[in-house]
Parts: sequence; structure tokens; C-alpha cells
Amino acid sequence: MTERKLTFMSAITEAMVQSMRKDETVILIGTDVAGGAEVDHLVHDDGRYDDAFGGVFGLSKGMVTEFGRERVIDTPIAEHGYFGAAVGAAATGLRPIAELMFNDFVGFALDPILNQGAKMRYMFGGKAKIPLTVRTVHGAGAGAAAQHSQTLYGMFGAIPGVKVVVPSNPYDAKGLMLAAIEEDNVVVFSEDKMLYGMKGDVPEEYYTIEIGKANVVREGTELTIVAIGKMVQVAQEVANRLAKGDISVEVIDLRTIAPWDQETVLNSVEKTGRLIVIDESNPHNNTATDIASVVADKAFDYLDGPIKTVCAPNTPVPFAANLEKAYIPDADKVLKVAEELIADLRKVSTI
Amino acid sequence: MDRKEALWIYQKMNEIRFFEDEVHRTFGKGLIPGFVHLYAGEEAVATGVMALLDDEDYITSTHRGHGHAIAKGCDINGMMAEIMGKKDGLGGGKGGSMHVADIGKGMLGANGIVGGGFGLAAGAALTVKTLGRDNVAVCFFGDGASNEGVFHEGLNLASILNLPVIFVCENNQFGEGTPFRYASASETVAERASAYNMPGVRVDGMDVEAVYDATKEAIARAKSGKGPTLIECDTYRQYGHFEGDEQKYKTDQDPNKDRDPIPEFREKAIANGWMTAEEADAIETAAEKTIVEATAFAEASPLPDESALYTDIFA
Repeated sequence: MTERKLTFMSAITEAMVQSMRKDETVILIGTDVAGGAEVDHLVHDDGRYDDAFGGVFGLSKGMVTEFGRERVIDTPIAEHGYFGAAVGAAATGLRPIAELMFNDFVGFALDPILNQGAKMRYMFGGKAKIPLTVRTVHGAGAGAAAQHSQTLYGMFGAIPGVKVVVPSNPYDAKGLMLAAIEEDNVVVFSEDKMLYGMKGDVPEEYYTIEIGKANVVREGTELTIVAIGKMVQVAQEVANRLAKGDISVEVIDLRTIAPWDQETVLNSVEKTGRLIVIDESNPHNNTATDIASVVADKAFDYLDGPIKTVCAPNTPVPFAANLEKAYIPDADKVLKVAEELIADLRKVSTI
Repeated sequence: MDRKEALWIYQKMNEIRFFEDEVHRTFGKGLIPGFVHLYAGEEAVATGVMALLDDEDYITSTHRGHGHAIAKGCDINGMMAEIMGKKDGLGGGKGGSMHVADIGKGMLGANGIVGGGFGLAAGAALTVKTLGRDNVAVCFFGDGASNEGVFHEGLNLASILNLPVIFVCENNQFGEGTPFRYASASETVAERASAYNMPGVRVDGMDVEAVYDATKEAIARAKSGKGPTLIECDTYRQYGHFEGDEQKYKTDQDPNKDRDPIPEFREKAIANGWMTAEEADAIETAAEKTIVEATAFAEASPLPDESALYTDIFA
């Protein structure tokens, strides 16, 4: 296996490119996924195209040059229309990757996902498959304010018929993206924009990571922290800091938030008896509350304390830098909650 | 157009341009978080329309909303502070560039959602009509938004309800990085008006007077109960879609590329006897000073109190 560092962003690009080389039914469709359509100076003499954007974050840069405008398709700003088209194409033989530039724009794109793509197979008695990957972007931290910073994967995850993947690092991003494209179901692949620059080892080979399986990134015995996406780094920091006080923390990177890996989470809680879930979503009806409800139901007897969730507050994402920082869950906020849960351990250790 | 209006227009055009150039520099220095979309080059549209509106008229704006806000009379100090995320911003620093608003001035907000304004403007016009007020609502939107499904819904609804609303399309030729000629099946936005049984006119959006005249007619029509009008203003944005955009999709052949509505209007206003060259110079100097002061005001303003994170959720 090749030792190689890639950014989170490039890992996703590489996954899309590899899947498009492997399978000619894979297309990329969205607003400005190339950009510069019908601009003469962006067309080479041999008919190949350059892009103007390659996605607003540059994530699909170069793809139109390799695959042409027939497979890297710029749309008008018309989310309802092109998500409908993506579902229609998926139902009839293509394997589209459709980009929702910011998950906040889902207001205009939701019906094709919610009422068409997610339900066709069920309504048609199993006679349809919808191999659609919805690539979208979530997360606060970029100063992008209330309509470009939300964390909405939990909303998608509440729809039966939709799988939702939230990678936390470049290696996972590539493997989960390839798995998402291979899936014969609607998969929302939600990328935290604050992770785009994160570097990590990414093999050049084609590989997939199982959707629906969490990753225990740190083993521990006294406290379980389940984290999603960018919050995995927060969980690791908390674990490191608690380790200095001899508290042993298990960190689970959920990877898939729908369907989330109950087995891994329940096994961990049975071992540690304590659970914190970190989720940047607003605090109600989100993945963290769902995990809390399932664990309370299925592992109640193993719990040594209340299940804690650390989420964004029940507010829109504020613009001002200091308010935005206060909005996002961080290690200090998690530690504060953790102290309540581990107070009994501290007592024991000081005796 | 009379002298008083021309002087106001020239002042607002200059305030917008100095404001946007200053935001461009300030963003470059890293003092502005997030995404910023500049209006420079499109000043003739905002000012040509807003010269005919007062505080009781409503507008909905776009992610490229600074120009609309200034022309609608929003406090410039408060705008600059908002864009820097400061306590004294129009929204207390909680909205930022894409959400600059002042409902008291009839400015229903810049909007981070492309096409977000169609329904809102129809709703504001519904208020005007229902309460029997003598006002209008103006929906500013870009050529990009004209291809959203909600364009159809908004215009159709406004037409069947006979609402006093004016849909002003700022066709700056690019929806983000994609040319309008690619993204639209119709050659113009204006011609789509016939599908909604309303007038559709396409005007030179670099010419304030053309925008002004078309708006005046649309307002008269709206206020006499005849319903909405669609005005397409052919314009051009001088900066990129967002700050940092390399603008690889632009070409030397793009229409309006070498035009600037501000000197064009200066020349015309002087030729028509609406203002003197000395008055124009004085307006330019004053506008620049206004913006310098706004920047100083915004920089001096503190960050919001952390408790502000939790306020303003419910009335």
C-alpha cells in the first residue's frame, strides 16, 4: 500500500475520479461543478474543457477536463429541477453524484430526495433502485452565517430510505465516498467544510469503507464518546486531556449517522457505563438525541450515569466570529459535561 | 427624473462603489469573515429603482445585497459593522454580509438563498394590497435565480393575485461561474413575463435613467391595481461572484465589460443640467468620507456580547 498524504478534499476528488473511470454510468451533476460552460477560452483545441470553478470549493477541479461536459454536468441554479433529474437518472440506469453546494440549500432540493428518491423502491415493491449519492457540505466555523453553515445531516438521516455518511478524515472520506457511489440507495455524503484542508494518509488504491459501521478510533474503559465528523477531533482532545487524570476514554467515530452502528455503540457503553455524544447539529431531534434514546432503551442497566449530548445551541448559526466560536461544540464544553459523569471515578482515585 | 433625484442617485451610486471597494480591501486584509459578494458595477439598478421608493415600500434582496441596502437608506455605519460581525451592526453582528437587513427601512434582507426573495416580495405586496396601502414591493434577483423553480411560482402567484410587486432582474450575465446564455433556455428573462400575463421589459441596466423610467411605469401600474411587472436590467459585475473568485469565465467580449454606470451617469446628469461638475466632485468626496467613517466606526465597534448567541430566537 502506498504511503501518501492527501487533503480531505483531494481524497473525495480522487474517489469521484476513480469511480468515474471504473463505471461509465457515474456522472457528476450540480451548479458550477465545472463552471464556465460555453465560455470559448475554456475549451482546448482538442475539444477538452477547463473548468472555471470545479465546484465552489474547487473539489471537482479538473474533472470536466477528463470526463467532458457529458459526465460533469453544470446545471442552472435550480436545485429542485436537477435533484429531480438526478433521482430520475438514478432510477433508470445512471449512478449520479449530485452536489448540493451547501446543505442549507436543501429547502429547494428536498422533494426529490424526501418524496421521490427515498420512497420509490418501497412504493414500487422493491422494483426500483436509486443509486444516487448526494454530496453536500455542512458545518459552522467559516463565518458563512445562518444560511451557509448549518449541520443538517440529522434531518436527512430521519428519512427512511436514505443513508447518511459523515466522514471525519481523508482516509474515511475516500473509502466512504467510493462505498456511497457503489450503493444502490440514496446516500447523503455530508462533508464538513472545515475539514477540507485536513491532511492524512490516503492509499492510492480503490477501497471502500462499509457504510453503517462505526470506527472505534481509541479504546477505553470508563467513558464512551461518540462523535460525528469534525467532532471526532474534539473527542480525541477530550480523551487526551482526561487521560492525564487517568480516565480511560473510548472514542467512536460514527462514520455513518443513518443507519448508525448500534452494535458498536451499545457494546462500548456496556463496557464503560458512561456515554457522551458530540454532534454539531442543533440540540433537538438530531443524531445525538436518537443515540441517547436507543442507548437508554437498550443499555439502561449498564449505565452509571445520565447519557449526555453536547450539541450546538438551539439557535441559528451566528455570523460574528466570537459568537460562532461559542456556537460550535469544543473540548472545553465536552470536558465540563464529562466532569459530571466521571465525578465518582475521581473520588475513587483520590481515596 | 429631476435634479433632486439625480443628485440623490449620484450620491448613492458613489456610496455603493466606495463601500464595495472598501469591503474588497478590508476582506483582503482578513477583517471580514465568511463569504462576500460585491455589487460594484450594478449601481445603476439599485439607485434607478430606489430613487422612486420610500421607507414604506419594500424590497427583497440577494446575496449581492450591499447596493440595495445602501440605496434603500440603510445606515452605512451599521452595514459596515454588520459585515465585520460587530455589535453595532444592523443585525447586531449576527447576520453578516449575506443577511444585511433593516425592516424599518423596508429592506427585508439580503438573502443567502438564491431565489429566496420571490415569495417574500409577493408576501410584502400582499400586505400592501390587503391593508390598502399606496406602496409597492420590489424583488431584486439575479439571472441565476431566474432559473430556480420558485421564479415561476412567485411570478405566477403575484400575477393571479394582482399584487403590487415589481420583479427586477439584475442580469449580470453570470450565475456564479456559469454564463446566463448556457443556463437559460430563453434568450432573455423579460420575455418569460408573457407566460404570467404581465409586462416584461429589458432595459440597459448600466443606464440609471432607463432603469428609472421602466420602474416608474411599473410602479404606476402596480399602484393602479394592474399587478406586477418584470424588468430585466442588463448589467455587469465588476468583481467576481464572491471575493476570491478567479473569474475565469469572464471574457473581453462580455457585454458591458468596459462600461461603468457611475461616470456614464455623471456625464449625462451634467449634460442634462441636473448637476454641475463641482457638485459631482463634492458628492464623490463626501461619499468617500462617509465610507472611511463607516470603516472606522465598524473597526471601533466591539464584538457582540456572548449572550447574544441565545437571544432573538423568539419574539
